[in-house]
Amino acid sequence: MSKVIYMDNNATTRVAPEVLEAMLPYFSELYGNPSSMHRFGGEVGRAITRARAQVANLLGATPEEIIFTSCGTESDSTAILSAVRANPEKRHLVISRVEHPAVKNLAESLHNLTGHKYQVTSLGVDSEGMLDLEEYREALNDDTAMVSVMMANNETGVIFPIAEMAEIAKERGILFHTDAVQAVGKVPINLQELPVDFLSLSGHKLHAPKGVGVLYVRKGSPYAPFVIGGHQERGRRGGTENSASIIGLGKACELAGMMMSMENTKVKKLRDKLEEGLLAKIPNSLLNGHKTCRLPNTTNISFEYVEGEAILLHLDEYNICASSGSACTSGSLEPSHVMRAMGVPFTAAHGSIRFSLSVFNTEDEVDFIVEKLPPIIANLREMSPFWHNRDK
Amino acid sequence: MWEYTDKVKDHFMNPRNVGEIEGAKAVGEVGSLSCGDALKLMLDVDENEVIVDAKFQTFGCASAIASSSALTEMVKGLTLTEAEKITNEEIADYLGGLPKEKMHCSVMGREALEAAIANYRGVAIPMAEGEVVCECFGVTDLEIKRAITESNLRTVEEITNFTKAGGGCGKCLDRLQDILDEVHKGGGAKIIPMKGPARMTNIQKIKRIEDVLEREIRPVLRNDGGDIELVDVDGDIVVVSLRGSCGGCSRSQTTLKEYVEKTLREKVLASLIVEEDKP
Repeated sequence: MSKVIYMDNNATTRVAPEVLEAMLPYFSELYGNPSSMHRFGGEVGRAITRARAQVANLLGATPEEIIFTSCGTESDSTAILSAVRANPEKRHLVISRVEHPAVKNLAESLHNLTGHKYQVTSLGVDSEGMLDLEEYREALNDDTAMVSVMMANNETGVIFPIAEMAEIAKERGILFHTDAVQAVGKVPINLQELPVDFLSLSGHKLHAPKGVGVLYVRKGSPYAPFVIGGHQERGRRGGTENSASIIGLGKACELAGMMMSMENTKVKKLRDKLEEGLLAKIPNSLLNGHKTCRLPNTTNISFEYVEGEAILLHLDEYNICASSGSACTSGSLEPSHVMRAMGVPFTAAHGSIRFSLSVFNTEDEVDFIVEKLPPIIANLREMSPFWHNRDK
Repeated sequence: MWEYTDKVKDHFMNPRNVGEIEGAKAVGEVGSLSCGDALKLMLDVDENEVIVDAKFQTFGCASAIASSSALTEMVKGLTLTEAEKITNEEIADYLGGLPKEKMHCSVMGREALEAAIANYRGVAIPMAEGEVVCECFGVTDLEIKRAITESNLRTVEEITNFTKAGGGCGKCLDRLQDILDEVHKGGGAKIIPMKGPARMTNIQKIKRIEDVLEREIRPVLRNDGGDIELVDVDGDIVVVSLRGSCGGCSRSQTTLKEYVEKTLREKVLASLIVEEDKP
């Protein structure tokens, strides 16, 4: 197998070599339980304390505000269910139509499992994937227990105005959660200034391993644990710590802080070159999502009249990894909820391809894709009845 | 990632008969852009109603393209009356099987073939005349009933896999259950009851497998000139080898899964997995 060209970093990322190195001792000789009384366990406890500080540092938080979890989804569930329990009399949630299933499906199941006692308002987006703040203001009411809106969208990379939205919620005394899984490490976040109550992040999206996440809980915000058990995480999340992964995540956050400028220079430059190259060389191709208000690593392009899975499998022949919002790749029969919320026409929604880059990508890889993809699209279009009839 | 057979991959990467037949008298168009897949099938038919050429254009995923390509290869040289008998299962078998979520691609192939033949004969397509049940994908009750009967579907999820009905907004899911119940009540499809997990020793298990193979499965296969032999039982994995005409048959995988495995699960243990012995 020739070298893999990995441009699916919004799905998951490679564990950075420095992260792996930091983790390895905790799989072998340093296996103690951080809660133990002996010095052997205490050493692991101290490493976790360091990791907590590294995470806090990246976010502008204090270490006490960082709770380690098993993944982004657990963080999201914990935050939302915590707000629900903190406000038992309030029965309304505000999310967006383009939230990750971790938020969207949880909100929907709250609505369904309580016999519709919980109401959910899903904010729409425009054709560029942007929210309407007026619609947001109007959605809030005295019954609203929480707002949960993602910081950046996983499919398009579009960044939402979380600072402004959280401020509006705060004025009304409404708890605010943001799923920042895609944003952390790619755009600067300073929780000293960003007035959110809860923030979720996931290790494997920023070059730490899978199976570890973080929930940030602002000091003073009401909190109720989701995983109930031992005294770990100061009683806020039971279960023996995933020491090695937590330590890896700490290292990854430290690296992310140092690499942030690279994300916005090197990675962005490669993304732009890829995007411009494809849009210029392939007719009837359209960018999905706002051009500038976007993560520096993500581009989502629709190739009209062809279907995404077919494109991905042809790319796979060249060992190029990307993803698609088409129906056939999702296992469902409809295009992704993000494409539908944006009102991307069916001619384009089925043929949307997302490339998400990382600091590990190179210019040669970008050039290779810009060379290989146009003939793939041309070949599939030659086969497509709609391409031949597009002017009729 | 879908598990596609090598044959699906081959027909997807190197599709046969892509293109148009100018002035074709048998043209079948099914699907739409909004549905996510569509197929335009064109047949060149001679004066004896023999299909002398077939071409296609397809918008869709790998299995939709592979199913179209397979269909054009299958119909060439057949008379319209022969081609008419091709089922979606046969298209899937030609490709060595399709993932269950992708069976609707083979159904699309059969529908395009029917539409092309109806177009040649100047008659209406019978299936399109039913009442539309799934509005998202425009699937009629007749199409759903036919899929349930022909492919022995047992759940609403299977109906969605085969026809796409119910795969959009989900409003018709209750109606699909009603149709399923109705067909099964009429004896249209066999419902196979799943046996509870019976405790048995390994020896008992092997004996029963041998018994069912000997008494039930082997006679059926021998009728078609084939045979089967038990090679090994490893936990719940039953390794067999197909002999005689079954050995080189393009449908052997289907026989193995749909008949041998199904029968053994029903008669011996529901968790059994049948695999072919690979030399």
